[in-house]
Amino acid sequence: MNVPVRTTCPYCGVGCGVLATPGPDGSVTVAGDPEHPANFGRLCSKGSALGETVGLEERLLHPEIDERRAAWDEALDLVAARFAATIAEHGPDAVAFYVSGQLLTEDYYAANKLMKGFLGSANIDTNSRLCMASSVAGHRRAFGSDTVPGTYEDLEEADLVVLVGSNLAWCHPVLYQRLLAAKERRGTRIVVVDPRRTNTADGAELHLPLRPGSDVALFNGLLNHLAEAGAMNQDFVRRHTSGLDAALDAARLLADGTAELTGLPQETLDGFYGLFAGTPRVVTVYSQGVNQSATGTDKVNAIINCHLLTGRIGRPGAGPFSVTGQPNAMGGREVGGLANQLAAHMAIEDADARNLVGRFWNAPHMAERAGLKAVDLFRAVGDGRVKALWIMATNPVDSMPEADDVRAALAACPFVVVSDIARHTDTTAHAHVLLPAAGWGEKDGTVTNSERRISRQRPFRAPAGEARPDWWIIAEVAKRMGFGEAFAWDGPAAIFREHAALSAAGNDGTRDFDIGAYSGIGEAEYDALEPFQWPAPAGGPVGGRFFAEGGFFTPDRRARFVPTPASGTPRGTGPRLVLNTGRVRDHWHTMTRTGLSPRLSAHMAEPYVEMHPEDAAAAGVAAGTLAVVENRRGMAIGRAVVDSGAQRGSLFMPIHWTGQQASRSRVDALVDGVTDPVSGQPALKDGRVTLRPFPAAWYGFGVFRDRPATLRADYWALARARGGFRAELAAAALPTEWRAWFEALVSPQPEHELLAFHDAATERHRFALFDGERLVAALFIGPDPLDGVSRSFAAQGLETTFSTAGDRMRFLAGRPGSAAPDRGPIVCSCFEVGTNQIASAIGSGRVTIEAVGVALRAGTNCGSCRPEIRKLIAAATGAF
Amino acid sequence: MTPVRQKLVVVGNGMAAGRALEHLFETAPGRYDVTIFGAEPRVNYDRIMLSPVLSGEKSFRDIVIHQPAWYERHRIDLRAGCRVDAIDRAAKTVTAADGSVTRYDRLLLATGSDPFIVPVPGRDLPGVRAYRDMDDVDAMLAAASGGGDAVVIGGGLLGLEAAAGLALRGMRVTVVHLPPHIMERQLDPEASALLRSELESRGIAVRTKANTAAIVGEGRVEGVLLDDGTILPAKLVVMAVGIRPNVALAKAAGLAVNRGIVVDDGLATSDPAILAVGECVEHRGACYGLVAPLYEMAKVVAARLAGDGSAAYGGSTVSTKLKVTGINVFSAGDFAGGEGREEIVLRDRSRAVYRRLVIGDGRLLGAVLYGETSDGAFFLDLVQARTPVAELRDALLFGPAYAPAELPAAEQPGDSEPIAPAEPERRAA
Repeated sequence: MNVPVRTTCPYCGVGCGVLATPGPDGSVTVAGDPEHPANFGRLCSKGSALGETVGLEERLLHPEIDERRAAWDEALDLVAARFAATIAEHGPDAVAFYVSGQLLTEDYYAANKLMKGFLGSANIDTNSRLCMASSVAGHRRAFGSDTVPGTYEDLEEADLVVLVGSNLAWCHPVLYQRLLAAKERRGTRIVVVDPRRTNTADGAELHLPLRPGSDVALFNGLLNHLAEAGAMNQDFVRRHTSGLDAALDAARLLADGTAELTGLPQETLDGFYGLFAGTPRVVTVYSQGVNQSATGTDKVNAIINCHLLTGRIGRPGAGPFSVTGQPNAMGGREVGGLANQLAAHMAIEDADARNLVGRFWNAPHMAERAGLKAVDLFRAVGDGRVKALWIMATNPVDSMPEADDVRAALAACPFVVVSDIARHTDTTAHAHVLLPAAGWGEKDGTVTNSERRISRQRPFRAPAGEARPDWWIIAEVAKRMGFGEAFAWDGPAAIFREHAALSAAGNDGTRDFDIGAYSGIGEAEYDALEPFQWPAPAGGPVGGRFFAEGGFFTPDRRARFVPTPASGTPRGTGPRLVLNTGRVRDHWHTMTRTGLSPRLSAHMAEPYVEMHPEDAAAAGVAAGTLAVVENRRGMAIGRAVVDSGAQRGSLFMPIHWTGQQASRSRVDALVDGVTDPVSGQPALKDGRVTLRPFPAAWYGFGVFRDRPATLRADYWALARARGGFRAELAAAALPTEWRAWFEALVSPQPEHELLAFHDAATERHRFALFDGERLVAALFIGPDPLDGVSRSFAAQGLETTFSTAGDRMRFLAGRPGSAAPDRGPIVCSCFEVGTNQIASAIGSGRVTIEAVGVALRAGTNCGSCRPEIRKLIAAATGAF
Repeated sequence: MTPVRQKLVVVGNGMAAGRALEHLFETAPGRYDVTIFGAEPRVNYDRIMLSPVLSGEKSFRDIVIHQPAWYERHRIDLRAGCRVDAIDRAAKTVTAADGSVTRYDRLLLATGSDPFIVPVPGRDLPGVRAYRDMDDVDAMLAAASGGGDAVVIGGGLLGLEAAAGLALRGMRVTVVHLPPHIMERQLDPEASALLRSELESRGIAVRTKANTAAIVGEGRVEGVLLDDGTILPAKLVVMAVGIRPNVALAKAAGLAVNRGIVVDDGLATSDPAILAVGECVEHRGACYGLVAPLYEMAKVVAARLAGDGSAAYGGSTVSTKLKVTGINVFSAGDFAGGEGREEIVLRDRSRAVYRRLVIGDGRLLGAVLYGETSDGAFFLDLVQARTPVAELRDALLFGPAYAPAELPAAEQPGDSEPIAPAEPERRAA
């Protein structure tokens, strides 16, 4: 029995501790780390399924140059030579790095150091630009530093938690479970501010379905109300802030129009404002709904203004709280790995800071000014200003706005390097050089979560194939460019020491980020490092909250109220519908890992378009059919989910589906590259599109033991299932002959046996291919979305032994007969419990989540599905 | 006070008569004094189980329906082995072969059918048998005991059961069949082809489009001559090309007779005192050679005899099942394709599974099942009940486990045995 390795989950910014136990066969079992202060043993569905994502079948296992296998030396030499040559010929700003919040801090530090100190440009930006740049900018405007003032415990010690633009239940499930547990104990009230009625809203007292983008108006109204209702903390405002009058003036400008701007009834606003004003212990949690906006920074400041006015900051149960989307967005910010930062929370505009860092690094070519932020960076690639690009651990061809332009830019770029763990992504398709990076379980270093807690990611196995840690790859390129001395680390601990020393260099309390206590950490200590919260200055107090007694990081140590004038009109003209985008519960980013897990793929197995019933009716789109969302940039197809919880005029599509998993569902290809003027963060939730039905001549559903080489359909979405794959299909034209079409899809072997079902008059055709008692592939075709075909039943066929002719004949029924009930769509990923099972448990009197859990175990592991179970109970019992 | 019993005379001691009497004794016990004339010197047995007796899977004892005690209990005067020669409708009497004259108040004709013997030279040679009753089975078993060659003329249900039984008994069997496909009345060409290859894999030779010219032999059968000149050696020839309703007695008595004895929905003949049931009957132009319609008729005729004047027979949907161990075929209803007909088809060639449903006007008209026949009764019910199937259609082919529970049940689940050895196939005489 192997000893569990204590490590950290690689998904969201909650940063949960994980106990990973490798098995002798290369498998790994995971459990929550009961001692980790982020999760105390809990894991969400994604974390629980980590063991299903560490297989090697999709991994990039050796370097490649122009799609041929190459030796490390050759690949590294080429990267170094091409970057050196490009700089020599076109200057340092002709090269760029685009990195990721999934890099470890040590990797991030190395990349930032190489670009800003040695290549001489600040053209290093990161997918964190898409995630929390507005929070960084808002923090810096208000606090003079990028500081998250509070801790997770504040969510448990608050009496009111306002969740703004955050589907916490799905995107930060463990934090949400902590909040719900606190609510059980102390009756915490939860308010959800979100245009959509999400699962998070189902656990809230109050849902404010505000008009998309009207957050600033809402919080300006709140600021005005707080001032007028006497909720101002005069002492705090007087001693620790400045700029209130201008902020209040701006807030009052349209305060009378708040109801109109937000689309919320005045009494709802009054209720929320009164609740906020009367509750000293209030935490405002915000996430992508705030950040991913053309006014994201103003939204952040409008929220912070309310907390400054009331002095509700840095105190137990009180404060603004940005929760990040990525496991190491915070670590990236700490090393300064964004184009408009320098290092260690120092500003690139600050000449003294540049000197300090330049001396510390002994850097020959310090960047002198901010580099290109993500959207501008790829535009610069597109127009040829950037001629050599190195992408690490991210997939911009899918995640960037104007994604098709990004794709075209990469296709045209003279030299693209991609370091990744996945061989086939929409981005690796455009790489000249592919460098295999170590993945989770192989990497060794640290990450910082949303509450400033630094935790170790520890390896539990050797890197797969020829994969190497990112820091090593960067250092090897640096050496080949002549910077060996500055990159001569012998391991991540050495980098961490350097990073810690830099955070303390010339600090003396002038910068929030200081972990100088660790600048001399030894190898053994580093290996054993317990999670700790910064700051951790040498000899000073560790962790805790910021700003309860002021001490902001502005020159006068006062916080700034930032005037945030509300904009009264939505941007632009053109298509009427707003396209909101976001995550689903069980997937992560572009699914290079969660997509490997059958369990996680079962929850949402294809892209979808969530829409209000009236919008669906107006567009002639029926629930369960396919919908086309389009604009001048292109089109995306998704399953129509008609939900009265959607806001009229606003669609939602998940961000996860790429060209690897679906034919035409790259949602960010439809989003314009409009950015927040302060943060440069793109407005990813503010697409403008039209909606129409997909003209399907047929729909199909298939299961496959092996991944089909090509799926010849206008629409396809492929997902993992246990024992193989499952796919939804549709097309606008019928093939000539179905059997030939099926056989072309699955390439039957001579020993395979075909079953065929035809109901020509109703255009239903079904095929199954067997290898002895095992199913090789099956396909169900019909003129409608095949509601009669149970996807979970069909997928289970891949794991079934079909011993009789009758068994395999009945498989083509597409659903279980009365002898074997259909589980229904999977709700609980951990125990694979479906809606039908839950409905039947409810029907037999189990009308609480706990009772359902006792009966079926559903919701008793990670708890991520509990909102959905609650919904089913509510629907069945009419209670709420 | 005991009412005066009426006198019921039954001509025929087969399954239709037996079933009618069971119903009658149940609903109107003691209403009649019953006399049964049976041509065979036996009690009533399950004729549809002759094939398992032939193949050795059952004995005669296993297939007896009514033991002598049953006749005694109901005080039936059973005249086994005694043929009725004439009916005197005016006197309301029947005259039997033994010269006895028996009076009746009601007469029930259940004379069944006779096997059709192909009118070719040599048809009377010893060693040429029909496949109709226990005597035929005994003769076939005797012939088979020494092995050798057998020819079965007729590749219908009964002929194939005979062929399979004889093959199991160690004979080299050839089936000679005039139409292009075996069991063409019960199976569509595809199912027929599956059946043929299964039979061939069991060593049974099948010759279709084969016309028998003569049966040849010196003193006893030695072979079958086909019209293409082929001679198939045979020590046993089984004629199984069809049946003819046995109408001679009724015809002689002046009853309305067409192909069969013409009856109305109350199963009365043209003489209201005389009823008829079973294979001898022609109802609405149809004659039946399968057990399920016989049982349906038996129920109605019993009710009529019991005094229920409203009982009516509306005709039957026939279904077929071949009783050869390891071969499952089933068909029901009208499965011809064509204009206005829709088909649902499933094929698993490697496992020899085939299902075809024919739908018209939103209803199931017919079904052919090969290999996986477990849902035959369900399809038969749907055909008979004319259940609208649009809502079920998606998984209709997969049987009742996929249909909603509230589907109307079969009217008489106990009578769902859709099996008969009788050969519904008929050649023009």
